[in-house]
Amino acid sequence: MITHAFLQGYWWLIISLLAGLLVFLMFVQGGQSFIFSLPKNDTQRKMIVNALGRKWEFTFTTLVTFGGAFFASFPLFYATSFGGAYWVWMAILFSFIIQAVAYEYRSKPGNIYGTSLFDTFLFLNGCLGPFLIGVAVATFFTGSDFTLDLFNSVTWGSGWHGLEALINPVNLLLGFAVLFLVRVLGLMYLENTIEDGDLAGSIKKAMPRNAVPFLVFFLSFVGLMLLGKGFAADGVTGEVTMVRYHYLHNLLGNPVILVLFLGGVVLVLVSLWMAIFKNPRKAIWYAGAGTIPVVMALFFIAGYGGTAFYPSTADLQSSLTLAKASSSPFTLRTMMFVSFIIPFVVAYIWYAWSSINRRRITPEEMSGDEHMY
Amino acid sequence: MIENIDLSLVNWSRAQFALTAVYHWLFVPLTLGLSFILAFMETIYVRTGDEVWKKITKFWMTLFGINFAIGVATGIILEFEFGTNWSNYSWFVGDIFGAPLAVEGILAFFLESTFVAVMFFGWNKVGKKFHLTSTWLVAVGANLSALWILVANSWMENPVGMVFNPDTARNEMASFREVVLNPVAVDKFLHTVTSGFVLASIFVLGISAWFLIRKREEHLARKSILVAGIFGLVASVAVALTGDSSARTLAQVQPVKFAAMEALYEGKSDAGLTVIGALTDSGERLGEKKVHDVKLRIEIPRLLSIMTTGKGSGYVPGLKDLVNGNPEKGILSVSEMMERGKYARQVLTDYKMAKEIGDTETMEALSARFKESDFTDNYFRYFGYGYFEHPWQVVPSVPVIFYSFRVMVGLGFFFILLFILALWFYRREALERNRWFLWLALLSIPLAYLASELGWIVTEMGRQPWIIQNLMPVGVAVSNISAGAVQTTFWLFAVLFTALLVAEISIMVKQIKTGPKH
Repeated sequence: MITHAFLQGYWWLIISLLAGLLVFLMFVQGGQSFIFSLPKNDTQRKMIVNALGRKWEFTFTTLVTFGGAFFASFPLFYATSFGGAYWVWMAILFSFIIQAVAYEYRSKPGNIYGTSLFDTFLFLNGCLGPFLIGVAVATFFTGSDFTLDLFNSVTWGSGWHGLEALINPVNLLLGFAVLFLVRVLGLMYLENTIEDGDLAGSIKKAMPRNAVPFLVFFLSFVGLMLLGKGFAADGVTGEVTMVRYHYLHNLLGNPVILVLFLGGVVLVLVSLWMAIFKNPRKAIWYAGAGTIPVVMALFFIAGYGGTAFYPSTADLQSSLTLAKASSSPFTLRTMMFVSFIIPFVVAYIWYAWSSINRRRITPEEMSGDEHMY
Repeated sequence: MIENIDLSLVNWSRAQFALTAVYHWLFVPLTLGLSFILAFMETIYVRTGDEVWKKITKFWMTLFGINFAIGVATGIILEFEFGTNWSNYSWFVGDIFGAPLAVEGILAFFLESTFVAVMFFGWNKVGKKFHLTSTWLVAVGANLSALWILVANSWMENPVGMVFNPDTARNEMASFREVVLNPVAVDKFLHTVTSGFVLASIFVLGISAWFLIRKREEHLARKSILVAGIFGLVASVAVALTGDSSARTLAQVQPVKFAAMEALYEGKSDAGLTVIGALTDSGERLGEKKVHDVKLRIEIPRLLSIMTTGKGSGYVPGLKDLVNGNPEKGILSVSEMMERGKYARQVLTDYKMAKEIGDTETMEALSARFKESDFTDNYFRYFGYGYFEHPWQVVPSVPVIFYSFRVMVGLGFFFILLFILALWFYRREALERNRWFLWLALLSIPLAYLASELGWIVTEMGRQPWIIQNLMPVGVAVSNISAGAVQTTFWLFAVLFTALLVAEISIMVKQIKTGPKH
């Protein structure tokens, strides 16, 4: 029997999966954040940009699909968060607009603004995009300043419309954790994709400088989140209350979440060890396989187990639960059938990627007549 | 009520969405059409093995890439602006409207973005047939993407396949089939994508003409003109046919927009279709709206009646009928619709209040009303009218729609002629001798963009004041943010998009002047 609750849970799973994929694919942004610091010459920069440029659209598409899936499955979240935390989302959007054109235009003849401006766009997107997305997701655990009226129309308490999230230290911890994570992933991806001994040396040096801050920020956030109060929602009445260790209970009370979280963390740690001490070229695969389940586990903790996934600090009862924010059973069921195509999509993406990525990028390739950024 | 809404906020929100949409639509139609032209050209290359066709394909592919990137950049804003600027709308209809957007992402965007990478970077990495398949899949993906977003947009024009749920205070999907096969969606998809094919064909035709004017790349230019000429001619005829079909549907589902397109104030039988006309102020007023006379009018007798009713003698309602009502023709006045809409809103408010205080008896009684056909058919269907203060508020800007429509249609017929001439001169090997035609083809490029944008102006301005026809006016759909915030982001977008457009044009022009790689 496919109940409404099952469909809501299913769609939260899809949203969590897309979020995990998005964070992993933001290795593109992570790599962009090194555009000025890592390369020692123009050829190295060109190799970095071209390695990332062949993947930027997947990240972009995943972000758009993530937004579309959220709109379709949990429209009240879409209306509340986007319409309320206006400035945070606008800042994220701006950082992605400037990315989209930067690759294609940076080295083209007739580029009236010069290469350096577009490289600055890539750098800004590389830093701001992941950081702000991290801050926005952290509000799933720390709450936002909004109320909903009888007709679910949102009023944001703060005139800063989302920017106030930047003064919450817990939000900042996740923001920086995501930023340093994607920087690590970016380094791993570049190591995997580019054949250049000198650049590999630079990557090896940069790895621990980013891996350590990532671990510090991530573990601090997880510690504070698990040991603090959580926004618990009563399964019958929907009443939201603050409960200490609620997120910890969600983690420990569900073996699937626990395995995903711990397994993912171990894989990420293994990937860091490989990147720094052993086989850096293969580290990206372990990091990816670890990042996706960790992000999914965090989303599961936020949404499952009688939890308000988008809590309100101004009025607890305005908080959004999966039940309150979701689409109708009909829409969720229809969309579920559409989602069955996702494995096929993943399969053709994998096939297409492997087809054009058989050879690593070399300095010689940069002087060829292929399509270049 | 609508008078309590910050009009400045509504106007800036509309302006921001319009700005984004207009910029986005500068790039999308070229992607829709040029992707197929690339697929045709590469198919010829693979089938003939002629390296010249590969060179031609790669040249147009470079221009495709320049245009594609900025289209992607502006597209992401549109999706998220539904949430950031129209949050009440997002909740009210997100159950229906969000689904096509999600399907678009899963079915179309990934297809497009995966294979566009193979298309650009795979020439020396994958086999010929795989590369060709990738190019075709980019074209299919781009046009599939258009399908889903147009399904979503068409639902705003003609909301179908849903029921209202008083518990959630929103419309919920009842039939995905009805949403997808909405007659407006079918017409709009065919009309829009074929207009993109026309624009791309004119783009290829015009640039090829420029090469011939400059006596450069003549072989490339002639072959490109052949492909663009055939594709453009077929597409432009299809645009005319689907436009006619769109107008017929429009007359049924959006009679006010249809009457505004014709500046038809007085309903009449044997109504002719105005081909050319100039609007002047008649001095009369419909509420606070000017009533226009159509001067210098050239019309095709009875055609409007035929389009609307299928009969030359059929009655076509004018704006006065539609606003003031015409009992003889069974047309309800807007003031009556407003009363019924207000009643429906009051029933909903009473229901929500009863729910709030736990008055289950009242709740059950009121909830039952939303299941009664008398209430849904005679009251709730006018829900959106309950927000208005004056009947004349349902009338859009007649001059904007009247002129936009005529210029668009006029250009559409001009394009058919242009493609016929292109193929005629090509066949007679007379392209270079008719330099006037080459200049005409080149100068038609901006006209193609103009026609394409005007189509959207007719659609979107014509739907005003509704964001969802009959259900929700734009004024109540906006997010509860300050007008100053939207004004700030409007100018940020305006500056950024303009700067990027200038960069795009500069790079595009340079790439064209450089020509294909030898």
